[in-house]
Amino acid sequence: MLIRSLQDEGVDLVFGYPGGSALHIYDALFRQDSVKHVLVRHEQAATHAADAYARATGNVGTVLVTSGPGATNAITGIATAYMDSIPMVVISGQVPSSKIGEDAFQETDMVGVSRPIVKHSFLVKEAKDIPETIKKAYYIASTGRPGPVVVDVPKDITDPNFTFEYHYPEKVKIRSYTPAGRGHSGQIKKAVQLLLGAKRPVIYAGGGVILGNASAQLTQLTKLLNYPITNTLMGLGCYPGSDKQFIGMLGMHGTFEANTAMHHSDVILAVGARFDDRVTNTVEKFCPTAKIIHIDIDPASISKTVAADIPIVGAVDLVLNEMLDLLKQGDITPDEAALAEWWRQINEWRDRHGLYTQNRFDNSSEMIKPQEVVQALYEVTKGDAYITSDVGQHQMFAAQYYRFDKPRRWINSGGLGTMGFGLPAAMGAQMADRDAVVACVTGEGSIQMCIQELSTCTQYKLPIKIICINNQALGMVKQWQDMNYDSRYSEILYEDSLPDFIKLAESYGHVGIKVTKREELKEKMQECFAMKDKVVFMDIYVDPSEHVYPMLIAPNGSMRDMWLSKTERT
Amino acid sequence: MTKRRIISLLMENSPGALSRVVGLFSQRGYNIETLTVAPTEDETLSRLTVTTMGDGHTIEQITKNLNKLVDVVKLVDLTEGAHIERELMMIKVKASGAQRAEVKRCVDIFRGQIIDVTSTVYTMQITGTSDKLDSFISAIGETAVLEVVRTGVSGISRGEKVLSL
Repeated sequence: MLIRSLQDEGVDLVFGYPGGSALHIYDALFRQDSVKHVLVRHEQAATHAADAYARATGNVGTVLVTSGPGATNAITGIATAYMDSIPMVVISGQVPSSKIGEDAFQETDMVGVSRPIVKHSFLVKEAKDIPETIKKAYYIASTGRPGPVVVDVPKDITDPNFTFEYHYPEKVKIRSYTPAGRGHSGQIKKAVQLLLGAKRPVIYAGGGVILGNASAQLTQLTKLLNYPITNTLMGLGCYPGSDKQFIGMLGMHGTFEANTAMHHSDVILAVGARFDDRVTNTVEKFCPTAKIIHIDIDPASISKTVAADIPIVGAVDLVLNEMLDLLKQGDITPDEAALAEWWRQINEWRDRHGLYTQNRFDNSSEMIKPQEVVQALYEVTKGDAYITSDVGQHQMFAAQYYRFDKPRRWINSGGLGTMGFGLPAAMGAQMADRDAVVACVTGEGSIQMCIQELSTCTQYKLPIKIICINNQALGMVKQWQDMNYDSRYSEILYEDSLPDFIKLAESYGHVGIKVTKREELKEKMQECFAMKDKVVFMDIYVDPSEHVYPMLIAPNGSMRDMWLSKTERT
Repeated sequence: MTKRRIISLLMENSPGALSRVVGLFSQRGYNIETLTVAPTEDETLSRLTVTTMGDGHTIEQITKNLNKLVDVVKLVDLTEGAHIERELMMIKVKASGAQRAEVKRCVDIFRGQIIDVTSTVYTMQITGTSDKLDSFISAIGETAVLEVVRTGVSGISRGEKVLSL
């Protein structure tokens, strides 16, 4: 019944791992072929893969795990999806109803354990409730501000000997759940007026634009106004990264021009972004002269850390459509003279310290710089690959130097910062688009957190390219230890214990390429991507002393206070 | 400015709903002063009343996040308008000799009732605002008090205004 409900929901792909409490479900899965299953090597990977599948396609990702350790192993992945508002349904087997509460074998209170990191959860009490519960789970996961939903199913509920009349509901209505739709017209009108009166505007767009499929509307609006636009880490790709109006990512490792423009702006249009602490720096010093328009589907995100002058609760695509209509019919136009002066100023910032006007890192040393790896990746893949990443310096370099022109191409754990995300996420993206080029930018630290998935890649022929930026240390921690702890390197080194990644990759039937010299970087990168049907593990040795810049100065700094290099600051 | 607020809500009378509400408070670092919950005349719904302290911004976040919970159907901050609040207290005090008359008088003043008696102990019930219950305890003298049990605050809007579906 559960599998039939998934079929009727239109689910065609499930990532999972079987076990005792899920045996009935797995048997049903075996006896059909419309729902495909990917067997991972660890449940955490199942959740990351389903999460990335959702990020790449916009559909809900589905996970199937067993009770106890199966369920708890999924927790990190659920938390990752929760922090980034990713639609996902996790079906977990549970011990039989009669045993719940008895500390039965492989029993964990999954609904309780997952409570703070799910949008909602269900414990199915009766078999006849399965279809409606599944329908509700997918409805809640995918509407409003999306998020993960857990459905915990005791083993007796899925007993095939128990039969009942099956009916899959067309629609569900939940009286206590009404996701926001259109924004308030009066507020939208006020927002447009404020926006048009701006002298130093900035559009600040986040992951909500991608989740709400509003990239086209946002791009149109931005072009129409000719305003500068910056993206959050989660928003990269929602506006073309190579366009001249794009001033780069903002926040802790954002560009000089984006952070400085935010600080000096007079009007900020925030769209699907949540003023995260990695963006704002010290909240009290955040953009002191700016009036803020904030569009978000989640009322609780508005005025949470930074008060909005014009809050608009609504689906971003609908709100932006309404704004576009007003802009097109309106007779007020932006203040051209002020805008020209603003652009002159921004371009001057760009020339002075921008990441794209010239190399801001020292590439005179013998060792390859991590930034060069991402630049080479960008060139070889022509900026058109799905890039997943793990967490650390490599993630920031990828975000800075890979300029995403399309939404849903940049897949990373922004909110939770989950190391180990990259490889299983690449599997999810590759499953979503079997012909696409998928690369996982990672480090020698992160990759080892889910390295077992190299085996899954073999089984399902997922030709992922692993770009391991190997600096022989936990680089981001090291950077903080350099900057704040007088370079006391506490527990970030492996003391010659790193595996030979080339041999490791080969043992799974993959190809390994080691790169240590700058002059061979591009050629090897091309070689890597020429092997279209192979997993290739590129182990690229880079300068271990490199830091990520710019970097906002904390604590007590504003957005214009940045380190620009190890010695230079604003 | 930090103020005491009474938030009253209707939620699905389903397992896990209460833990989601309570969990939200601890998860986001909000405090709960009192909490009462019971089913309503519509058995699919429970009414929950929580008193909490916070400034305007915190209270706004609390109400927004409570509203976001899928199990929460409707919510009102009673302290935003005219409202009536009551709490029930049962209190057991030492009462022997001359004290007995004094305690009895005190209960009458506070319009409470003695609901159980032994030769040395009075058990009384008092209803009213939380302040009134506090005052009763200090009037009776804390040294005499053996046990106190309070239900937490329940509240309802004055006039026509109702919290219903």
